[in-house]
Amino acid sequence: MSEPEAGWVDAEVADEFPELRLFELAVDARPGRTPRSVQERLRYLSSRFRGPQAVAQRQQPVPWAYRVFYRHVGLDPDADRTPAEAAMLDRLMHGGFKSDNLLDDALLVALVETGVPIWALDAAKVDGTLGVRVAAEGEHLGRAEDAPPVPAGRLVVADARSPLAVLFGELAPGHGVTRDTASMRLFSVQVAGVPAIHVEEALFQCSEILVEPR
Amino acid sequence: MAVVEHPPVALSPVEVDERAARCSLRDQIAKLERELAAAFVGAFPRHGIDFGFGTSRAPGGPRMLSLGELERVRDDLAERLVVVRRQLHERAEAEEARRELLERMLLEPGRYKWVRVTARELGRGDCGAYHVRPRLGIVGMLMGWWHVKISSGCPLST
Repeated sequence: MSEPEAGWVDAEVADEFPELRLFELAVDARPGRTPRSVQERLRYLSSRFRGPQAVAQRQQPVPWAYRVFYRHVGLDPDADRTPAEAAMLDRLMHGGFKSDNLLDDALLVALVETGVPIWALDAAKVDGTLGVRVAAEGEHLGRAEDAPPVPAGRLVVADARSPLAVLFGELAPGHGVTRDTASMRLFSVQVAGVPAIHVEEALFQCSEILVEPR
Repeated sequence: MAVVEHPPVALSPVEVDERAARCSLRDQIAKLERELAAAFVGAFPRHGIDFGFGTSRAPGGPRMLSLGELERVRDDLAERLVVVRRQLHERAEAEEARRELLERMLLEPGRYKWVRVTARELGRGDCGAYHVRPRLGIVGMLMGWWHVKISSGCPLST
């Protein structure tokens, strides 16, 4: 298994958020059905995280750090939930963490275990190292024909050629993982207050599940 | 008398270190968010306290906020914290009054006939209530045998 690698953060962004980092990890794995072991793990996590844990989550250092970062970049975490809070709310609404497919379940397990969100891109559709920057005028989210425009000034995750995701937001259409994906690029964003080891652990957990023999 | 003439002093424009100001505002936002989180956790399991701004989706998506925008976020959080703390204080006072009433009910149930105090009024969640009722129904009413009956559990959803 490869090691997580640090991506780049544009100087303008790094100047404002000196502790912001992006980590990525290449994983040779295909999407597929969730094995029974992962389904059981999700069931176990469902029994570990209930209402009181959901309430207490807001005071835990890692979810709190992402909440604060949301405020710092103009997002309202009470309207646009942080990934960890959204997962917890979903668990409470559905009575458990729902198993969907291997990739989504791997991302969910890592998120619930560490509080750190991870996203996945199709490695074949990423050019160069990923990083965080501010979108320029006239840019689009991804390189597909129907790529939606990105407003100038939006914080984005980009490769060498174009933005591939809005920071903590949607992925570019056509760049996400599909059933044709042969290998993936996982990435995560470290913000102030989140130890790097948490981010690395999240990426490792996710990749372990993805490469686990089925 | 000698008059000393000073050459006019050119006032340089005041330079504001906006980056430092933004950094300070971010620290303030983090502190307020921590206090709001503590209030949120402390309020559990009470209902009806609004911790959000009541806004819809944040306009503009993630971006680098200007000094003015950060000030607005800070002010909104500070205002929300004041409102939440006031609501919690009012709730705590009301709960304290109900707790005192419950203690008196337990000591002298005969003086508080048919009085009911719910768990919600005591800030202990939604389910359960303390109700002063006569022992043995009508017999207890006639004999003046009153006691506090604790009903636990939530009512079945209809």
